[in-house]
Amino acid sequence: MECSPRTPRIGFDEAILGNTLHHFRAAGFNLTVASGAKKARGISGKAAGTVVEVANDLPATSKPLKEKMSKSERRALQESQRAAKAAAKGGASVHEQPGKTLKQPSQKKDGPQVTSSVAASEKKGGDRPPEKDRKKDVPPPRMQFDDKNRVEKAKRRAVVKQTEARNRVELFRHLPQYEHGTQLPDLESKFFLLDPMHPAVYKVGIQYLAGDVHGGNARCIAMLQAFREAIKDYTTPQEKTLSRDLTAKINSFVSFLIACRPLSISMGNALRFLKARIAKLSATLAESEAKASLCSDIDRFINEKIVVADKVIVGNAVTKIRDGDVLLTYGSSSVVEMILLHAHELGKEFRVVVVDSRPKLEGQALLRRLVGKGLRCTYTHVNAVSYIMPEVTRVFLGAASVLSNGTVFSRVGTACVAMVAHAFHVPVLICCEAYKFHERVQLDSICSNELGDPDVIAKVSGRMDVNYLDNWANKENLQLLNLLYDATPSDYISMIITDYGMVPPTSVPVIVREYGREHLLI
Amino acid sequence: MPDVHSLVNEFTIKLKKRKIEGSKTTAKQTAELLRSVISQQRIPHTNQAAALIDAVKAVGEQLIAANPVELAVGNIVRRVLHIIREEDLSLATAAIGGLSLSAASDDEDDAEQDDHPVLSAAAVAAAARSTLRPPSLQTLLEDVPYSAAVPHNSSSGGDSEGKSKSADKSSRSRKLKHNVIEAVNELISDIATCHEQIAEQAVEHIHQNEVILTLGSSRTVMEFLCAAKEKKRSFRVFVAEGAPRYQGHVLAKELVARGLQTTVITDSAVFAMISRVNMVIVGAHAVMANGGVIAPVGLNMVALAAQRHSVPFVVLAGIHKLCPLYPHNPEVLLNELKSPSELLDFGEFSDCMDFGSGSGSPLLHVVNPAFDYVPPKLVSLFITDTGGHNPSYMYRLITDYYSADDMVVQRRPAF
Repeated sequence: MECSPRTPRIGFDEAILGNTLHHFRAAGFNLTVASGAKKARGISGKAAGTVVEVANDLPATSKPLKEKMSKSERRALQESQRAAKAAAKGGASVHEQPGKTLKQPSQKKDGPQVTSSVAASEKKGGDRPPEKDRKKDVPPPRMQFDDKNRVEKAKRRAVVKQTEARNRVELFRHLPQYEHGTQLPDLESKFFLLDPMHPAVYKVGIQYLAGDVHGGNARCIAMLQAFREAIKDYTTPQEKTLSRDLTAKINSFVSFLIACRPLSISMGNALRFLKARIAKLSATLAESEAKASLCSDIDRFINEKIVVADKVIVGNAVTKIRDGDVLLTYGSSSVVEMILLHAHELGKEFRVVVVDSRPKLEGQALLRRLVGKGLRCTYTHVNAVSYIMPEVTRVFLGAASVLSNGTVFSRVGTACVAMVAHAFHVPVLICCEAYKFHERVQLDSICSNELGDPDVIAKVSGRMDVNYLDNWANKENLQLLNLLYDATPSDYISMIITDYGMVPPTSVPVIVREYGREHLLI
Repeated sequence: MPDVHSLVNEFTIKLKKRKIEGSKTTAKQTAELLRSVISQQRIPHTNQAAALIDAVKAVGEQLIAANPVELAVGNIVRRVLHIIREEDLSLATAAIGGLSLSAASDDEDDAEQDDHPVLSAAAVAAAARSTLRPPSLQTLLEDVPYSAAVPHNSSSGGDSEGKSKSADKSSRSRKLKHNVIEAVNELISDIATCHEQIAEQAVEHIHQNEVILTLGSSRTVMEFLCAAKEKKRSFRVFVAEGAPRYQGHVLAKELVARGLQTTVITDSAVFAMISRVNMVIVGAHAVMANGGVIAPVGLNMVALAAQRHSVPFVVLAGIHKLCPLYPHNPEVLLNELKSPSELLDFGEFSDCMDFGSGSGSPLLHVVNPAFDYVPPKLVSLFITDTGGHNPSYMYRLITDYYSADDMVVQRRPAF
């Protein structure tokens, strides 16, 4: 990409300029636009690589200019209103967070994060964020891959060269789908060209790509730890402020990770937390202090939102397991595994049914571990779930995310299992950490999903006799669809076990609203 | 005789070893075997029908025991028994009514039909019906005393008839066997052509741009979809692969070769995709008298998903799959557990599957059932070679093809 002729790079410059402008306007600092723009140009001139990557996450944030103007005006208005309010309520909030209210206006450049963090601090002071403010927290529309222009632009900027899968399913044109296996060598050869890429981030990206790290929690932890490494090694370049430059840096890392594999919702939430923390850093802080504070924030997030949350969930869920139970689980969920092992350690007598499905067959690994610990297990595939369900007393399922209409977004097949359990009147318990909750709503599994490698559909691992589609993958009429997630409707779900307790699916939006938006640390 | 014995034994062994797959092949081979049993059977001068029935029942019992899950065997045995009874009856009634034997033999085409147009005498027809079937509304309305049928009741009835009609004994004995074999031949050709019969109806059910979902592979479904394609309908098909046999891949390959837009999905993605599907079309292993379906594993899940999204769930079934039995706990009793090796690699998990864990039972069980039971309330429509039917109508359809006396195929104790 770096060796490409001059013309496209000009395009990037303009794009980055537009983006920066947008950021400045959005934060309500029309006066600083000119200098900001200059700075941006300076960046782009210096390190072409950075530009490419920063520009990379443009499609997610850029909106038509017109809209932006009115929006920024509105925001400016709100900002001033809020300032007035804060002044009125001043006493309380200053009391609680003396450090945070010291924030200087020049620190705010990441519009949404800053406003929401301000909102959060206000909330602590006993005030609800205004209705309009909440509207802005709705995440920006995701890239729609059926929009040809956008895709074309994104492709020109892409770090990772990806070849599109040939036979894409019509219904899923809006999702990215690439041929797998082609990126890895390409990425490896690019390592030295991507100079701003931190090796830890690079490693995690490769791990995502190769599928070595999977599962919502594992991926999230891996990402956060890589970012922590990167932050540790970070030094603020001359003439730049730490928070702004670091955010840009993180953005470039994220766009690299996205190129490796689309972010899960849990990762998106963690990222929002991290960016909010960076934005909140006071400018008076020394670089080393700021870095230390960020690292400890990341550690606290991992610990409180994932590790301790899992412990709470395990503690809650174990109370739902009685002697003689037959517990069914699907795929491989880390928290469900912990629950089962813990219940076994407590000496409860129960049996586990592990239901699995192609193409990942994650259940086999879980089965291996459970049997290794001496749990009595039954293994079967998702088609036979109706056969096994009459003897099951509880269904424990993990989730990639719980959306605020109660829909559980999880490994494909979870909906089938929950549906059959519902039909047989078996309670379905979803175990999910609250940091995975998201305010998005979704009714089906089609609007937003992730597509996996289609080739694994045709090839059945371990079954040499199943080779009917060996030379057929390139036929025009044949499409292979490898969906990774599905959405389970909330009426199939009896209970969601989370770190805030055991709640019905209808309570998810409440948790999202009360706790989830800022991921307040305990 | 000995060659029939060896044939029967060979077939029994094949059934026991599950060498014969698919209800259609099984049905066809059963019918052919029974045909040779009948043709080899020596017929006494009296009570011929009973002798044939006994012979068929003896073989049938053996075959059914060989593979009780393959309901097609029992279905065909019962069909053949029904044919024998009908033929015997039509000959008997022809003799009673004084009608010529030639007229009765013309009738064999209609032997399986509800009515016997040639036998015009109402009383005779009513008697025939009440012998073969439980009293129906029609017999009640025609006000024929049910007792009239009693003398015809199989075992003793056939006996007395045989004695009384000594005049045309010799011609009847040959006639009966001949007629029965003719009818069985027809049954075999019916089984062979059931796909075409069903596929002919395809265009009536598939519209332009339809999205159809199916799971696994069934020859009937394939012919059905291809027939619609040949008649210039263009539509898309989602094929769930149908683990652990992955017959969906075979179906997909076949459909792609015929130029249909085909998408292969995993079984777990069925729920995700069903909201965009207009119709689910699947094959069946057997259709029970209550309208429930014994189907390849996974279809109950598909049916539930279809019901959730109000997608019609259509089952294609040849008439030979109609089973006159009512299921009791069919998920377990009419199921078969296949080898775990289809799901798990033995080498990797062999240490967990032994009985060494103190309590005497292995830690790990692998469940790999072959069939699912889809209750009638989840089925929208059956398409058979005689047309479309509601699940609630199945019990009635079944009485057209089977006689009530044969529900339990068991040889009578010797007289």
